[in-house]
Amino acid sequence: MTTQESKKLWMACGVGLIWFLILLWPLLGIQPEGLEFGKTFKVFGYIAVAAVFIMFFYQIKEAGHLDAVGDPIVSAKGRFQELYEKTPRWILLSIVLGFAIVFPLVTGRYAHDVSISVLIYICLGLGLNIVVGLAGLLDLGYIAFYGVGAYTYALMSLHFGMSFWLCLPIAGVTAAVAGSIVGYPTLRMRGDYLAIVTLGFGEIVRLIFNNWMGLTNGPNGILSIPRPDIFGFELNKLWMLYYVILVIAVITIIAVYRLNFSRIGRAWEAIREDETAAELMGVNTFLLKLLAYAMGATFAGFAGAFFAARMRFVGPESFTFLESAMVLAMVVLGGMGSIPGVILGVLALVALPELFREFELYRMLVFGGTMTLMMLIRPAGIWPASRVGRRSEEAD
Amino acid sequence: MANLTLDDICVRFGGLQALTDVSFSLTEGEVVGLIGPNGAGKTTVFNVITGVYKASSGKVDYDGSTITGLRPYQVLSMGIARTFQNIRLFQNMTALENCMVAQHSRSKVGVIGAVLRSSAQRREEEVIAEKSQKALDFMGLGDKTDEVASNLPYGHQRRLEIARALASEPQTILLDEPAAGLNPAESVELMEYIGHITDLGINVLMVEHDMKVVMGICSRIVVLDHGVMIAEGLPGEIRKNPTVIEAYLGQ
Ligand SMILES: Nc1ncnc2c1ncn2[C@@H]1O[C@H](COP(=O)(O)OP(=O)(O)OP(=O)(O)O)[C@@H](O)[C@H]1O
Ligand SMILES: [Mg+2]
Repeated sequence: MTTQESKKLWMACGVGLIWFLILLWPLLGIQPEGLEFGKTFKVFGYIAVAAVFIMFFYQIKEAGHLDAVGDPIVSAKGRFQELYEKTPRWILLSIVLGFAIVFPLVTGRYAHDVSISVLIYICLGLGLNIVVGLAGLLDLGYIAFYGVGAYTYALMSLHFGMSFWLCLPIAGVTAAVAGSIVGYPTLRMRGDYLAIVTLGFGEIVRLIFNNWMGLTNGPNGILSIPRPDIFGFELNKLWMLYYVILVIAVITIIAVYRLNFSRIGRAWEAIREDETAAELMGVNTFLLKLLAYAMGATFAGFAGAFFAARMRFVGPESFTFLESAMVLAMVVLGGMGSIPGVILGVLALVALPELFREFELYRMLVFGGTMTLMMLIRPAGIWPASRVGRRSEEAD
Repeated sequence: MANLTLDDICVRFGGLQALTDVSFSLTEGEVVGLIGPNGAGKTTVFNVITGVYKASSGKVDYDGSTITGLRPYQVLSMGIARTFQNIRLFQNMTALENCMVAQHSRSKVGVIGAVLRSSAQRREEEVIAEKSQKALDFMGLGDKTDEVASNLPYGHQRRLEIARALASEPQTILLDEPAAGLNPAESVELMEYIGHITDLGINVLMVEHDMKVVMGICSRIVVLDHGVMIAEGLPGEIRKNPTVIEAYLGQ
């Protein structure tokens, strides 16, 4: 690297730091007691030192002084990749599945709780992935279908005493119907308009939960929803519920994978790539978009029914726009259209905030920073969809 | 009997009369050229046939039935496939997948079959892949199967569009400026491919500015100017037609 370039980089670094200071000071320095500078400069000092240190390191690396350390790492990574590609897929999958099965036996209640939410979000993420990742339709009200599934189970089990296992498919169907109702008016819309309309529908559904006192008990929600049972045996431990959602998640993964690599999945992807061309190449785009909404909603419905059974309570505040945004963030962060990507995205967005608990006050700040950084480093997601030659490969 | 007949087609965009009483037909095994200066309404003719635009009056008949008012995917399943003036491939999908999409209307396994991966579904997938591969082979792209469309060179992308149209097993194919942007050698190659297509018994309606290509392979030519058909006839006649020469020179 020339001195010229090096100078430019240091300039950019300096400008960035000054910009950061301008942002930081109003947050830390403006207090009810008056203006304060000490704290701002203390925090800024730490960050400036860290930034200079990283810059320094980067320049050494660019200059080639670190090759002795870097090269073995790169080649190790290459070898790992090779190993990954050589290992048959079923071995990798059984390792992951084996881990998922053993996991609750060796961990405690807190881990069970977090892993159950990871699995719920995997179902939601994969469902939304059909709509956003495959069919390319931006849906900002997706969580409404999760709510429809949850209320379906809550009401059916309380009023008719129906079992969880019977309600699960029914919740899928009611959510799919809701999905089609939302999808229908948006069929002729594209892009931004679609986003606004789905956002509106999501809110409408939440307001219905909130205000239809007679049916949903309004903002108070529905209490004491029965737990799932197996042959009359109530699943009353958290780890038992973990296995229920694990089964639902595995079924979701298989179903979404198979849909993805079928004629339906191809048609969805064609719509995402170029809707007009897809229609002209024989895809009934209205029907397939409706199907994408309905299928996406179905998996949210399953997850919702489980959610109601696990919390034993449903209320409208579980289904706000923020939740839709979270699920969408998982899909985008992980890699749209990629199943392992979505799973990693879920892990990142559910597990990371848990890991950051020790940062307490700054937890959400660190979380937001990590997300921004990840999108800068890997704009296509953690594990982007690999389309090259994979779609036609028939691996079962 | 894949006869395509346009009958007094008029198309209006607000105040603009894009097509006025356009009538011509395309019979089995024919290659008809559709030419005219820029903005004459050639692409609009394609869009009316394939159901993208609604004709304000007139009708399109195909195979003995009226296809005006059908949705584009229905027109394709009737057996009319097309390519686009500006390449519109599914950019992030492989060459084979692009062709497999065109088989959508020729296959029928639904969601449940796909999720259960029934034997019928697997058999159908095999057939789809086989036919799509054949379409690629036909257009000389047999070794580009797993190549992502956007990575193909321009000339190959043009051919892939035709391969995709062929993969839908059409009886009629509409080509919108297939030689646009090709170098002379590629144009010659393309003419050969179009010749092979007609050998399959598929009739071709082609918009093209490259007169060498048009005169070389078309058995009949229709000339549009400002949405009006100003001439129709054999290549030799069109070349000498004074109205046509004037329309092109007046441009
Ligand atoms: N969707 C539309 N809305 C309004 N006007 C349109 C539309 N599509 C085409 N036109 C107009 O109709 C006329 C014919 O357009 P068309 O694209 O059919 O021409 P063309 O013969 O294909 O020209 P080119 O050689 O440039 O491709 C043009 O004046 C164009 O501006
Ligand atoms: Mg045109």
